[in-house]
Amino acid sequence: MDGIFLMVFVFVIASLLGFELINKVPPTLHTPLMSGSNAISGITIVGAIICARSGEGFLAQTIAFLAIVFAMINVVGGYVVTDRMLASFKKKAK
Amino acid sequence: MGYYYLYLLATLLFVFGIKRLTNIKTCQQGNRLSEIAMTIAILAVLLITAGISWLVVIAGILVGSAIGLVIAKRTPTTQMPEMVAALNGFGGVSSALVAMAYLLIDPLLKIDGTSLADSGIVNAISTPATVIIGMVTLTGSFVAYFKLSGKKVAHPLKGVQRHYLHGCLGLVAIGMGTWMVLTGNHTGMTVAVILLAIVSAALGVFLVMPIGGADMPVVVSLLNSYSGVAGAAAGFVIGNPLLIVVGALVGTSGLILTQIMCKAMNRSLGNVLLGGMGEESVAKDAKDYKSIKSTSPEECAMLLEGASSVIFVPGYGLAVAQAQHIVRDLGDLLIKRGCNVRYAIHPVAGRMPGHMNVLLAESDVPYDQLWEMDRINSDFKSTDVVIIVGANDVVNPAAREATGPIAGMPILDVDQARTVIVIKRSLAPGYAGIKNPLFEMDNCLMVFLDAKEALEAIVKEVKELS
Repeated sequence: MDGIFLMVFVFVIASLLGFELINKVPPTLHTPLMSGSNAISGITIVGAIICARSGEGFLAQTIAFLAIVFAMINVVGGYVVTDRMLASFKKKAK
Repeated sequence: MGYYYLYLLATLLFVFGIKRLTNIKTCQQGNRLSEIAMTIAILAVLLITAGISWLVVIAGILVGSAIGLVIAKRTPTTQMPEMVAALNGFGGVSSALVAMAYLLIDPLLKIDGTSLADSGIVNAISTPATVIIGMVTLTGSFVAYFKLSGKKVAHPLKGVQRHYLHGCLGLVAIGMGTWMVLTGNHTGMTVAVILLAIVSAALGVFLVMPIGGADMPVVVSLLNSYSGVAGAAAGFVIGNPLLIVVGALVGTSGLILTQIMCKAMNRSLGNVLLGGMGEESVAKDAKDYKSIKSTSPEECAMLLEGASSVIFVPGYGLAVAQAQHIVRDLGDLLIKRGCNVRYAIHPVAGRMPGHMNVLLAESDVPYDQLWEMDRINSDFKSTDVVIIVGANDVVNPAAREATGPIAGMPILDVDQARTVIVIKRSLAPGYAGIKNPLFEMDNCLMVFLDAKEALEAIVKEVKELS
């Protein structure tokens, strides 16, 4: 088994897992789920950091820098917004 | 090597986090778990990767976090839909940039004569795919952003010409992608990937342009899914299972929301994406209506005085008028007089999935007063007064007919209530661009005012009556 097959394997299983995990969502949580999973899609920050190698050309470094900036906007912005939303849900649950 | 297990730990925490995010009791905890997972993932990659340019990484993280924090803290709740759309675009473009940067730094590709195709089929597909999906997510999200903030963004072309344009752009993208994959020349590869990014960006703009405002919940959740898929594709490019798994999870969650939204409008995804009921559907005006009864806030207050059950039906107009606080004030007043007050939430009311829930949560409407369509629909016939605030298509009985733009769409059966009060500035149609026969019904009264003004006046009158 080569690495590429394993990656495809992992992708397929993870997609099925996703469908099973999220099959039932109450409408109240549609927005938080969307913005929370939106923050999670910032996981691409990991790829961006891997690409930010020293000794590379200017273009490559600039692209990696931008990738990190955009991913972090997504991560921090997404989580803070989701927290804000969930806090307003919590408030009224009392 | 041991640090790689941190990726596994992060993945598991993401899985539990997402699971918890789907339950009202555990959602806050779920978001916390996923924040921790993200932190672990970032620490792990910093520990694992050799030869990092710390300057680039630290500067990037600081700048990005600062911008993200400011955006998230400063944006008022009413602009939540457009903010979520914009953030989504940033995630997409980041994945596209990862694929581009990796193409430039891959030591194998730097050897003259080695092409992307030489590094295997998965790389040859995933690199252009990441760039295309990522850039479409970026520009598509920003068109959605502008549409959600109320700006008119119209497609320059009409009808079938659009499909030609999109088809041409698609072909150019495929051409660029093929060149990028097959060329062994590093400079050629660089030029190709940049052109590919530009063409994909243009495609994203034109694809979202023709889609109408009321279809935004579908578009926003679909773009959410794309940003996950772009992340997973970037995972294939750099060979990282964490990105693949987490990207796949986000991709499916977005897809599930998209399905829910489409179902709530009884339309297929293809129909929404092709702009089946786009912005330029023929708008009918007041002349089409014959017997309209309009009323005043005073009369509404008197009706409410004698009501023992009231249901509010909020729509996008409530968000626009920012009337979520005043509607709760009225609700609270009525509850104090022993009236049964509820809010009926249609799944696609508003401009993003769950929009009304978030809006009413902001003004502290108790969770148990928010009723889903399926749960409340049978109660309308035993309800004294229904107050529709800024909703239109989701209460349009035309949906029950066999044909028409919204035929078959599940609606709130408000017309069965004893009295229906519609607060609406004019008789202008909703996004479906069709007449609403509800307005002509005997039990329907129209209040032609801005939602906030009308509700404030009603609150004042109700207070005076008591």
